[in-house]
Amino acid sequence: MNTLILRTVAPFLTALMLLFSVFVLLRGHNEPGGGFIGGLIAASALAIYGIAFGVPSVRRAIRFHPMAIAGFGLLLATLSGALSIVFGVPFMTGLWVYPVVFDVELPLSTVMSFDIGVYLVVVGAITSIALALEQEPGSDVEGEG
Amino acid sequence: MAANAPALTFFALFLPFVASVLAPFLTRLLGDRAAFILALAPALAFAHFCTFLPEIAAGEVVTGGYAWAPSFNLSFSWFLDGLSLTFALLITGIGTLIVVYSGGYMKGHPDIGRFMAFILAFMGAMLGLVVSDSFLMLFVYWELTSITSFLLIGFDHEREAARRAALQALVVTGGGGLCLLAGLVFLWNITGVTQLSLLVHLGDGLRQSPFYLATLLLVLAGAFTKSAQFPFHFWLPNAMEAPTPVSAYLHSATMVKAGVYLLMRLNPVMGDTPAWVILLPFFGGITLIAGTFLAVRQTDLKLMLAYTTMASLGLLTMLTGFGSAHAVEAAVLYLVAHSLFKGALFMVAGTVDHEAGTRDVTRLGGLRAAMPVTFGAALLAALSMGGLPLFFGFLAKEEIYAALAAGNPRAVFFTGLAVIGNALMFATAFAVALKPFLGPHVGTPKHAHEGPMTLWLGPVVLSVIGLAAAVFSGVAHRYISSPMASAITDEKIVIDISTVPHLGLPLLLSVITVLLGALAFWRLTDLRAFMVRAVESLGPGPDRGFDHVVSGLVRFSGVVTRLVQPGRLEIYITATFILLAVTLLVPPFVFGELPAMPAWPEELLVQEAAFFAIAVIGLIAVLRAKDRLTAIVSLGIQGFAVAVIFLLFGAPDLSFTQFMVETLSVVILALVMTRLRLTPRDHRPLRQSLFDGLVAVACGLGFTLLLLKSTQAPFDAVLTDFFNAYSKTVAHGANVVNVIIVDFRGTDTLGEIAVVMVTALAVLALIRVRAGRRAGSGEGQ
Repeated sequence: MNTLILRTVAPFLTALMLLFSVFVLLRGHNEPGGGFIGGLIAASALAIYGIAFGVPSVRRAIRFHPMAIAGFGLLLATLSGALSIVFGVPFMTGLWVYPVVFDVELPLSTVMSFDIGVYLVVVGAITSIALALEQEPGSDVEGEG
Repeated sequence: MAANAPALTFFALFLPFVASVLAPFLTRLLGDRAAFILALAPALAFAHFCTFLPEIAAGEVVTGGYAWAPSFNLSFSWFLDGLSLTFALLITGIGTLIVVYSGGYMKGHPDIGRFMAFILAFMGAMLGLVVSDSFLMLFVYWELTSITSFLLIGFDHEREAARRAALQALVVTGGGGLCLLAGLVFLWNITGVTQLSLLVHLGDGLRQSPFYLATLLLVLAGAFTKSAQFPFHFWLPNAMEAPTPVSAYLHSATMVKAGVYLLMRLNPVMGDTPAWVILLPFFGGITLIAGTFLAVRQTDLKLMLAYTTMASLGLLTMLTGFGSAHAVEAAVLYLVAHSLFKGALFMVAGTVDHEAGTRDVTRLGGLRAAMPVTFGAALLAALSMGGLPLFFGFLAKEEIYAALAAGNPRAVFFTGLAVIGNALMFATAFAVALKPFLGPHVGTPKHAHEGPMTLWLGPVVLSVIGLAAAVFSGVAHRYISSPMASAITDEKIVIDISTVPHLGLPLLLSVITVLLGALAFWRLTDLRAFMVRAVESLGPGPDRGFDHVVSGLVRFSGVVTRLVQPGRLEIYITATFILLAVTLLVPPFVFGELPAMPAWPEELLVQEAAFFAIAVIGLIAVLRAKDRLTAIVSLGIQGFAVAVIFLLFGAPDLSFTQFMVETLSVVILALVMTRLRLTPRDHRPLRQSLFDGLVAVACGLGFTLLLLKSTQAPFDAVLTDFFNAYSKTVAHGANVVNVIIVDFRGTDTLGEIAVVMVTALAVLALIRVRAGRRAGSGEGQ
């Protein structure tokens, strides 16, 4: 699998897919998409990068352990739900603000941060499994054959 | 004062627990002298409970407590009447002496702090048990005494015998406790109350309930295991593995009486039925006789006392169930007397063991000069146990004979049992109290001399109280015996027996008992040899049976585990899918819920037909694949075709996700396959393949039927309409699917992503375990 073509294309493909995954994540509230799908796309992107350049490169590129990313996502999702406690409304009630940045009204909400949490959990969980399966010594030799 | 009384009682109830927490620190600071400070806890509680004496003697009851979960009728509440107050005083009073005694007995032991913590925690649990008003509180404290008893019996946890005894006691008494819980739930369901104080007047309804017998049996299972009644008696002698202060306190004076306490407590509501007056005296009588016979056989001081304790508990059960006010009075007197003299004798045995280095009665003798104070205490306690005049035990025995000696055959039978039992207990009492001290001096492992004050204080105080309570019997009856007997029978009872002997049948029986006892004591060696042979000829007892049950249980669970957890993935998967097929297929056929045959679509679009064809081709490719990698990729073909079909029928989100899932599962499955050393070819024999195929087809058919059925049912559009109507206005989102996921059903999603995360962790762990194992054995392959 470690071909020149793949190694040349992989960085662009990965970058594009990651960008696309964020796009899918953010448009999810109004168009097809969302955290689950975005997370799956991002995980595939990282898998491609891993196939092309090996697991250590992926680990360097994402800086954090994928499980830590998943953990942060779960925390973010929980906090997004728990924020409603401060406002005295039931758990998981969506809270919205509409700040205007450069004359553009940005609808931000805890629903969105919750979806980002979902995205991170999916990316982290799947990437950690995929990387662990790709990485371990002894199996690579066999896998090539 | 009145306003603070509940708070003070609450504090007194928790004082032992507080002392238990402090014990390790205090003993580290002060060594064994910390015992004096720790003894203040039970002493203060004792003083507090003494203030209730006049009130209780006047026939009142003291209640108090705090609501816990009022909607479930649960409360932390206590209830003090003559019965619970007497128990509370015994527990705190003897407890004070025991703590002081433990300080001397455990002096220099590295774990003295742990010991003190355990014994004070037990004290708190026992105190809570006897004052509990609510059922749940009673049960919690009941089991807490079992657990602390487990800790104390197994205190010397490096010895196997101690560990076994501890486990045995826990299994027997804890198991009995669970029966008790079931019994209490029955009581609650029958009467509708959860408090003992309210239960008292509901006895008639309870006795007529069809569930009375079941309730009684469950409660008796709890009481009999706790109070070591035959055939559950075997844990008590084994519990003598515990340090002697524990034997004196838990296994004679207090914990083993919890069962008797419960029977006395329930006597007004459950007593006076045929079952009650048959079962209790029957099992009590057997326990009495078995206990005395086994006691005579022993030469170990503690074991002799342990078996007489068992016998005494049998006597108490027999009297409680005998069904007359006289018998209850006798039980009350005997219970108090027994706690005093047996506690004292156990402490004496401990002191002898501690100072002389052995507690084998055949290797002890002539210690009277070396240990005069201990001898004096032992003698006084033995006189009370033997039931000689001037002692509290005498009052108890007179009352027993007065209660039993009626004219009918049943009474004659039980009187006979009581005479034999008491005579043998008389012999054992004097064997314990006289044999080590009288006669020629026998060389002992340690050079014996009088123990320190801490070691003789307890026995002396208890045995002197046994004398004083009889001499001043008026006071003792007024404050202790009469209120307690009144509480047990739920009617006003005044006990007025005194030490002045009355001529009559009871006195005659007493004289016979003493003569028989003296005879037994005189010929003790012969009697012992006879009993040893007699017991051996009976074969193995329930103690051995316990071992068989435990090892049988272990074997049984081993067999069951190997059966349901064979460790082969094929078996798990086959079982899962067979069960799935059965679940899906059986109900439609049994209940006639088969879906109607769907109509063939009038016009099938070319692209739809094409993708169905691709899916089918993918499936055929899976079946015909030569190796597993090809099979995986072929499965992907089918998955992508289905995703396109979703897209064609207007579910973009679903199809989108399906695409990604298919891609990733092919990637991950391929990665897994490269790691697992699986043969690339499918080596299953044809029979196996056919069977697996059958299961697969059955599952597929089941799912098809389910889906057809659910699409044929009239579609309830309430939710769809709701989500369509409110998605934009309430949740500010046009994509209904996503709004449902992150907003309307957000909590579900939170749970799901938590599951995703935990699954990933588990997979990661599994990969590491496997990698580690391979790294360890990699060279050989």
